[in-house]
Amino acid sequence: MKFISYYVTCDPIQKRRFNNVNKLISLLIPFLILLGASLKANDVKEISDSEDFDPGEMIMHHISDSHDWHFAHIGETHLTLPLPVILYSKDRGLEIFSSSKFHNDTFEYNGYKLDAHDHIHSIDESRSFYDLSITKNVASLLLSAVLLMITFVSIGNTYKKNKLKSPRGIQSFFEPIIMYVRDDIAKPSLGSKADFFLPYLLTIFFFIWFNNLLGLVPGGANVTGNIAITMTLAFITFLITNLYSNSYYWGHILNPPGIPFAVKILLVPVELMGIFTKPFSLMIRLFANITAGHIIILSLLALIFIFKSAFISIVSVPFAVFMNILELFVAILQAYVFTLLSAMYIGSAIEVHNHADHDFGH
Amino acid sequence: MFNSTFLVELGYAFLGAGIGAGIAVLGAGIGIGKIGGSAVESIARQPSESGKIQTAMIIASALIEGVALFAVVVCLLIAIKQ
Repeated sequence: MKFISYYVTCDPIQKRRFNNVNKLISLLIPFLILLGASLKANDVKEISDSEDFDPGEMIMHHISDSHDWHFAHIGETHLTLPLPVILYSKDRGLEIFSSSKFHNDTFEYNGYKLDAHDHIHSIDESRSFYDLSITKNVASLLLSAVLLMITFVSIGNTYKKNKLKSPRGIQSFFEPIIMYVRDDIAKPSLGSKADFFLPYLLTIFFFIWFNNLLGLVPGGANVTGNIAITMTLAFITFLITNLYSNSYYWGHILNPPGIPFAVKILLVPVELMGIFTKPFSLMIRLFANITAGHIIILSLLALIFIFKSAFISIVSVPFAVFMNILELFVAILQAYVFTLLSAMYIGSAIEVHNHADHDFGH
Repeated sequence: MFNSTFLVELGYAFLGAGIGAGIAVLGAGIGIGKIGGSAVESIARQPSESGKIQTAMIIASALIEGVALFAVVVCLLIAIKQ
């Protein structure tokens, strides 16, 4: 009551402020309820299935890749999307079937067996095959590719249609972000060549950001928390850095100027190692940050089942929701850090030095 | 299959992984704390340069974080080794 009376009597500026806060709260509450409910729904199964609840196994199941996309359990009902299994072997050629074929008592189908870690093995040990299946991560990648295409093709078309006009629709949300990547990430580290590398930087920025956010949706796949995917991203940066590198870059690595010979013996191997440790750290940073976020949220929810008490949820669910909100920030921060460091690594490889600088060192 | 000496040694491995992760986090905490402290101090001195200071701060803390994450991954590899 007091709140309402204050709302009625206060001056217009404060009124507007309250209005905004109310709007924000009314937007947030259904979102939070949905978030909490679906997160909990995700984990109900694990206690009903086995007497001993193993939090480690539950967490690994959630963060690892899988042959079917498991969204939630509502009571005894499974909300699972079986994904296609694609196998290639020399003797049998291409085999395509649904992963639901494995869902029988023995987990065997057509001479293949699905083990507890969701890996497919051949029952006949001497046979070898390639597993090219569309797994959960691949399906999520395809989904994010479609999302990125829809968003950015439409933005690109609007730019073509109304040149030099104010942005409209979804364009007005993304324009400041694109401008930020161009003016604050690409230009300071790449200088005049910023526009040439900008498509790559924008692509990795939005790819990582979209996939991080898709991973935070309850039931989503942990795509950027998969080391193979972060390795591929880091490898592309590694390729671009080294393919566009100039003689100054290699000169600084193989023969650092202005340094005594004795120090060079020590410094050159370190610099050579640096070529590989830079993309390696990009890979580990993204992987570890995203995976750690998922593990924290799942561990908080696992506390309820470890203590076998619903009262723990009073503490752990709000804290898990708080961590989830924090992860929304980490999602964009890690996309920013990856893009910024990629831009800096590329910038250091294409930079043209003035020889006069070398007398003073750097 | 598992004799008691093996289990004790496995326990030591877990202990080492835990202590290692703790020390790695300690170092990263000191490093990022110092960067954050100095960044706030410099922004207080030069509020107009806060954008540049923030970028430099994030780069430096990302590099420290990278090193700390190397250590944590090593600890994780010890912990999940069967």
